Amino acid sequence: MPDTLFTEQTLAEQRPVLFRYALLQLRDSELADDAVQETLLAALQSASGFEGKAGVRTWLIGILKHKIADHWRRSAREASVPEFTQTDEGDDETEQDEFFMSNGHWNGGPKAWADPEAALKQQEFWTIYETCQNNLPPKMAKVFMLRELIGLEADEVCREAGLSEANYWVTMHRARLRLRECLEIRWFNNTKKEKHHA
Amino acid sequence: MRSCRDISALVSQGLDKKLSLRERFAVWLHVMMCNRCRNFQKQTQFIRKAARHYTDDLQSRLGKKS
Repeated sequence: MPDTLFTEQTLAEQRPVLFRYALLQLRDSELADDAVQETLLAALQSASGFEGKAGVRTWLIGILKHKIADHWRRSAREASVPEFTQTDEGDDETEQDEFFMSNGHWNGGPKAWADPEAALKQQEFWTIYETCQNNLPPKMAKVFMLRELIGLEADEVCREAGLSEANYWVTMHRARLRLRECLEIRWFNNTKKEKHHA
Repeated sequence: MRSCRDISALVSQGLDKKLSLRERFAVWLHVMMCNRCRNFQKQTQFIRKAARHYTDDLQSRLGKKS
């Protein structure tokens, strides 16, 4: 029978990614842990549901999403779900090229950052990082988080977010341009902060 | 000669897949001469690192709370 497809080892390897996925939505490590365990258990019990096309991880995330949805239904806190269910569009296409001039040169563009490593150690930096991340348009934020926070591969993100490959490259490029600019304005170029810490 | 828009797009793609030799060469040549694209390259690598830190931190913070 097809359950030889999965060793417990295979499933356990996926656990960190599943956990991050669950944690970012549930915002509680115990709940996230429960959801992941239920997911892995369900996976073991129904290995025949796995068709092998999409990859084990995509399949597991599919199950996990149901577990998370179950949780929200039970606790009737749908109001706080939005993060990964929002659809997007609207504000983005128009400003596609605020970052570049028509000839493809930078419009403004990245300045040198002084000592980024030091920023990682400062609490205020993380507040700003979070703000910048949250300021991305919803769909872009989702794609960015699936890739950079949860750690999915590009093709998995495409399946997860319903994006074409071409769209994925454009979305990630813009997410990085935006985040970079936001961090530059609010942190690296913010002279007030440097005085404050001097 | 590729534009900064194209090069920065390649730099971004290079974080998510392996670029072809030709693409890597184009980036390398361009970045040697272009400060802003070089900054973009460093900064996107930094953002990746920051995102990892952020996630780790989130995991330990939310872990402690419960």
